[in-house]
Amino acid sequence: MRQLLQIELFKIFKRPRTYISFGIVTAISLVIQLAMLTDGKSYMGFAMQGLNEQFDIHGNIINGYFITYIILQSLLIQIPLLIALVAGDTLAGEANQGTLRLMLTKPISRNKLVFVKFASSFIYTVALIIWLAIMTLFLSLLIFGKGDMINLKSDTFIMILQDDIMWRYAAAFGFALLAMTTIASLSLLLSAFADNSIGPIIATMGIVVVLTILSNLDLPLFNHIKPFLFTSHMIGWKGFFDDPIPYAAIAQSAFVLVVYTVGFVAITMLYFNKKDIKS
Amino acid sequence: MSAILEAKNLSKSFKNFKVVDSLSFAIGKGEVYGFLGQNGAGKSTTMRMLLGLMFPDSGSIYIDGTEFNNSRRHLLKNIGAIIERPDMYGYLTGWENLRMFAALSGKKVLPAELHEVLEIVGLKGREKDKVRAYSQGMKQRLGIAIAMIHEPGLLILDEPTNGLDPQGITDIRNLIRSLSRDHGKTILVSSHLLYEVEQVATSIIIIHKGKKIAEGTVSELLHPDDTLIEITIEQGGALQAQISNSAWGKFAVQSDARILTFKMNPALIPELNKWLVEKNVAVYGINTRHSFESYFLNLTNETTAADRTV
Repeated sequence: MRQLLQIELFKIFKRPRTYISFGIVTAISLVIQLAMLTDGKSYMGFAMQGLNEQFDIHGNIINGYFITYIILQSLLIQIPLLIALVAGDTLAGEANQGTLRLMLTKPISRNKLVFVKFASSFIYTVALIIWLAIMTLFLSLLIFGKGDMINLKSDTFIMILQDDIMWRYAAAFGFALLAMTTIASLSLLLSAFADNSIGPIIATMGIVVVLTILSNLDLPLFNHIKPFLFTSHMIGWKGFFDDPIPYAAIAQSAFVLVVYTVGFVAITMLYFNKKDIKS
Repeated sequence: MSAILEAKNLSKSFKNFKVVDSLSFAIGKGEVYGFLGQNGAGKSTTMRMLLGLMFPDSGSIYIDGTEFNNSRRHLLKNIGAIIERPDMYGYLTGWENLRMFAALSGKKVLPAELHEVLEIVGLKGREKDKVRAYSQGMKQRLGIAIAMIHEPGLLILDEPTNGLDPQGITDIRNLIRSLSRDHGKTILVSSHLLYEVEQVATSIIIIHKGKKIAEGTVSELLHPDDTLIEITIEQGGALQAQISNSAWGKFAVQSDARILTFKMNPALIPELNKWLVEKNVAVYGINTRHSFESYFLNLTNETTAADRTV
């Protein structure tokens, strides 16, 4: 199993396409950081319209923590695509280039192969989330410095003291990892059904977009199904920046994501075990 | 001879279309077994079933007497295979591909063994190149290296000469012969190129529309009277008319200025040679080969005609 995982990781990280995701995360982070560096004050002025009349806010408001939160809000919508780029390719890409056929003539169990494909996608997801943390949190702190963080909400704002933030980000990145692992498992499942990687990548994004729209539509028809959609729970990381922190809701979201992940991997194994390799 | 591979009543359908139909055969240890059939006859599907890539609708496969589905992983340790194209990771080098698949083969393979197998397939010196830069023939040779790196007793090679130039075809043919003769491998090799299989196989099975239509050794299947005899001479000229008017006329198939072709029993060669010498014809060479092409076409046409009648 360990050897098979090493081989999968070797293949993933030897392939140039893998680094596109890291490049995109870097580019988006840098663009937002540059924009906030040059025009952050007017952005804050606009965002805090109304608040400035009621509160007297001092200190380094446009700090690294605040910038990180802004970047994460926008990036965590695009990250599923970057995850799908690799996870959607794991089985379908191999089928497309004919290497799946060659692999399965070797003494490898199909269940083990699916599990290792999932594990390698997970490790890739970990690497991407760590890179995301470096590019957003650590680089923003380096550029913008520390300070208390203002979490702006539609009808209120929460002030988090700077000594109380770092653990929240650690928890938030951990939760984001769980959400992205669910996406990776969905991509893996779709990848098992296809013989080219474009289909699973597009299908993953299609499902995420449609379910996210359903999760956000405030219509009675959809309110009953929302708690069961994994997309409704993917934004659970934001809970770590609330006061008080809704631990029960976060735990429930984490549970739903774990159930979906296990379910997707199990279905992949069941299907792939009976699949005729025609590619 | 004990059977290393035995297929019993294998059947496989795709959307109500029967691709393989109650196919049974057995391959003895050390044999080079030719698996013949036209394109779409069911060769690749059968080979995929033999390797567990596809699941038969019915029937069973035994490797060394053990039911394949019950011990797939264990039995695959003794099998090496190329199915259709030898597709590999183009962004990795030949060495990386070979080392990776060697690791997957279930046997600890030392670097010296990797070098040795590269030597055997003639890729020594090119192993550090990316596979995407390889020619089709080089990929085919690397595919064979991957198939044999863990020293399996049984090699399953599906159309191994596909897409190769004449030199590549000769190389692969020689390699198959050498693997059988010098390394004691049992080899199941499929092709739609009849002449190719005839060159290397000790036994042959012919399938058509998923069904077996003939099986046996080359000598059993091919009648000596159907042997093609090519005689290279200095210059034909008026000789052709003399042949037509002689007893040899009924054996003559075609002739050009320098090569006379007869279809007859090789036992008659000395007599024919004597007759040519008496006519003062300088004979430069005599080559024999079976007219397997016509044999195969006759068989498949008969089967097709029988199908139509039914």
